[in-house]
Amino acid sequence: MKRRDFLKSVSGLAAGAALPAMPQVISSAYADARSETLLIVSEGGPNNLDIHGVGTNVPGYEVSWNCYDRLISHEMKVGPGGVPYYDRDKFKGELAEDFKIDDMSVTFKLRKNAKFHDGTPVTAKDVKWSLDRAVSVGGFPTFQMSAGSLTKPEQFVVIDDYTVRVDFLKKDRLTIPDLAVIVPCIVNSELVKKNASEKDPWGLEFSKQQTAGSGAYKVTKWTAGTEVIMERNDDWVCGPLPKIKRVIWRMVPQAGNRRALLERGDADISYELPNKDFQEMKANGKLNVVSLPFSNGIQYIGMNVTKPPFDNPKVRQAVAYALPYQKIMDAVMFGLANPMFGAPKDKPTEIAWPQPHKYNTDMEKAKALLVEAGYANGFETTISFDLNFAGVNEPLCVLVQESLAQIGIKTTINKVPGANWRTELNKKEMPLFTNVFSGWLDYPEYFFYWCYHGNNSVFNTMSYKSAEMDKLIDGARTAAASGDKATYDADVKGFVDLAFTDIPRIPLYQPFVNVAMQKNISGYQYWFHRRLDYRALAKG
Amino acid sequence: MLTMIGKRLMFAVPSLIGVVIVTFLLTRALPGDPAAYFAGPAATKEAVEQIRKKLGLDKPLIEQFFRYTNDLAHGDFGNSLTTGQPVAAEIRNRLPASAELTLLGLIVSVVIAIPLGVLAATRPGSWVDHLCRITTTAGVSLPVFFTGLVLVYVFYFRLGWSPAPLGRLDVFYSAPPTVTGFYLIDTLIARDLEAFRSALSQLILPATTLAIFSLAPIARMTRASMLAVLASEFVRTARASGLSPATVIVTYAFRNAMLPVITTLSMVFSFLLGANVLVEKVFAWPGIGSYAVEALISSDFAPVQGFVLTMAVMYVLLNLVIDILYGVIDPRVRLEG
Repeated sequence: MKRRDFLKSVSGLAAGAALPAMPQVISSAYADARSETLLIVSEGGPNNLDIHGVGTNVPGYEVSWNCYDRLISHEMKVGPGGVPYYDRDKFKGELAEDFKIDDMSVTFKLRKNAKFHDGTPVTAKDVKWSLDRAVSVGGFPTFQMSAGSLTKPEQFVVIDDYTVRVDFLKKDRLTIPDLAVIVPCIVNSELVKKNASEKDPWGLEFSKQQTAGSGAYKVTKWTAGTEVIMERNDDWVCGPLPKIKRVIWRMVPQAGNRRALLERGDADISYELPNKDFQEMKANGKLNVVSLPFSNGIQYIGMNVTKPPFDNPKVRQAVAYALPYQKIMDAVMFGLANPMFGAPKDKPTEIAWPQPHKYNTDMEKAKALLVEAGYANGFETTISFDLNFAGVNEPLCVLVQESLAQIGIKTTINKVPGANWRTELNKKEMPLFTNVFSGWLDYPEYFFYWCYHGNNSVFNTMSYKSAEMDKLIDGARTAAASGDKATYDADVKGFVDLAFTDIPRIPLYQPFVNVAMQKNISGYQYWFHRRLDYRALAKG
Repeated sequence: MLTMIGKRLMFAVPSLIGVVIVTFLLTRALPGDPAAYFAGPAATKEAVEQIRKKLGLDKPLIEQFFRYTNDLAHGDFGNSLTTGQPVAAEIRNRLPASAELTLLGLIVSVVIAIPLGVLAATRPGSWVDHLCRITTTAGVSLPVFFTGLVLVYVFYFRLGWSPAPLGRLDVFYSAPPTVTGFYLIDTLIARDLEAFRSALSQLILPATTLAIFSLAPIARMTRASMLAVLASEFVRTARASGLSPATVIVTYAFRNAMLPVITTLSMVFSFLLGANVLVEKVFAWPGIGSYAVEALISSDFAPVQGFVLTMAVMYVLLNLVIDILYGVIDPRVRLEG
């Protein structure tokens, strides 16, 4: 072969390879499918379609929310920026057409025409079985149920085919809200029981792979780690028929590509993008970007109060005066958060959570406090963060490190891999760290019970123990259950004030949930679980 | 030949056993507690313990190991916790995706690199040689994810020539019935030309990314080994005997220069298969590399073990194929073998 021929054949091959890269011809069937389909792109996908499963991840909650019904749900109200926002205090029936709350029980009347995806009617025995399952399987679902004092199968009583009563163990304001979270979903008991085994009495293996509910959508195809395809359940009766016929949810790990897909108009909705991207997309106005604060959620700097130097409240206050709050808001969050610092000196404490504290960046004061505490020359410590959220945590910790160095506190940054983070939190040995906590149930005493109470739950990451604090938190819980508003208000104010003077954890900001979508997508609703509700969305 | 293959496979057995033991111990030595991870953000200590029990992680290590090997012997690789699927099924589904991408990338790369290397060797110092040097240097110094992102930015985002980087097929096409697992072949078997086109156009950018990366070792090795062979006496004899340059280069020199190239190819292939994680991430490719990395991040033992084991088996098979190829190309190897 001559060199010239050889070259020719090579260039011929190259040209041949380039041909299919031409823009593809779009067939009409393809265009139709596009207009009735919602394409969602996100970083991670579900690992289990059943929230009762072992270790179901957060994307799995989204599937459960849309494919299963609960007895009750929340009404909507107008939230910040005119976006529909779930109303914490108003409930409506979902599978229940009516419900009556008595002193020590609540009775639900089920809709007579509700059917599971396979056509069997939803009856009281399914409700009983599903709630029994939620309180019995262990792990997260059982834990979540117990947060509303729902712990025993005996609490769920079948009265007739379409009536169920839930008995209260004790008076608890969180019982009713807890029946409207994702966990107490109603499962097709006959179908799942048929596929259960002796080793797996609750049929978790079966419901992990397919949805067995009565919800507005059903999963028709699920390729783990790649995509989830959901079709509308046209026989859904628990609300107005959703407008979107088909939801395709693709996992796109690269944040840059998710943004490119949105900006090119190929994807309809995405979340989990870096704050900078959201801020830029907001500014250029080609897409709708919704940013709403996490309900009952705060990013904070925590300090381990059991060990020196942070066992000294003066040191903690010094740190609180030395944090670069505004820099974090600007350079890390790009303004996409509510500041939780720098409230005016004379502002009275509100009966609400989260609310800003009165610390501000004040290096002189910080230095003075440190001298008072006996650390005039500063000290050395480490600051830890969860690598899973490195996009926010890493720059945040660098800024904190820089700022603390100015008052003589030398910090080393400790990056903890995501898989290890919870283990580390559980050990409660990290001296200084940043983390986020947010509760599904939006009540101050709920937040404080998990984060500040002396029973030392996982989320009391500071190991903070104070008899006074415990008294106030318990007092508020009892007062809420019995409706004693005066005591409740006094106790909430009390524990908020105490949390700010003792300052075992320093709130930084309330993060935003950011969702970017095409201009022709409407109906986005904010829910406590912060995932999408497809039932309300519309396209075009 | 058959005895050689048999012998080769026999040798592989102890190394596979070693791989099983080492991966088991290594995954157990990883930091992080899968029970705590999968108990969810709101778990109490008791909830974590319940999960640990369910996962069988409360048992002594030796019992866990015997259970694991017993399952392996029954073809059960265990369940992945992150994706919730049996590992064996996942690997079966994902391996073809990676293999198709890698093979195509390698073919593109070979088609460009070998001629380039041969031409560069025959005309050292010419513009072809310089071109070869520039491409290989560029290819090896650009990280794959960077090349991938630039390609996506230019050809998808800016020009719109390439389809959205959303994996193996456009969202609105359904996958062809599985025969080989290679979409390019399966769509043709199903006579679905539109899907074939979609699969091919999805493949172009990631395959190009891989090709750019793997060009360098192949082209450089071809050039070096061709230079050595061209300087040898039998080539001079062939030239002196008046054979045409094409015959000298292709029949005499190239065949003799192939051995090191084949070795490099096998190394590049196995390396690409395991290491194209980044390309898979950029193009949302449902391959085996990204699967293993995600599993590793969440301390998910079963997929990591399954991945390492699969890779070990692949390496053994690949080496076997290379050894056979050696025999085909070079009779001396056959005699010794």
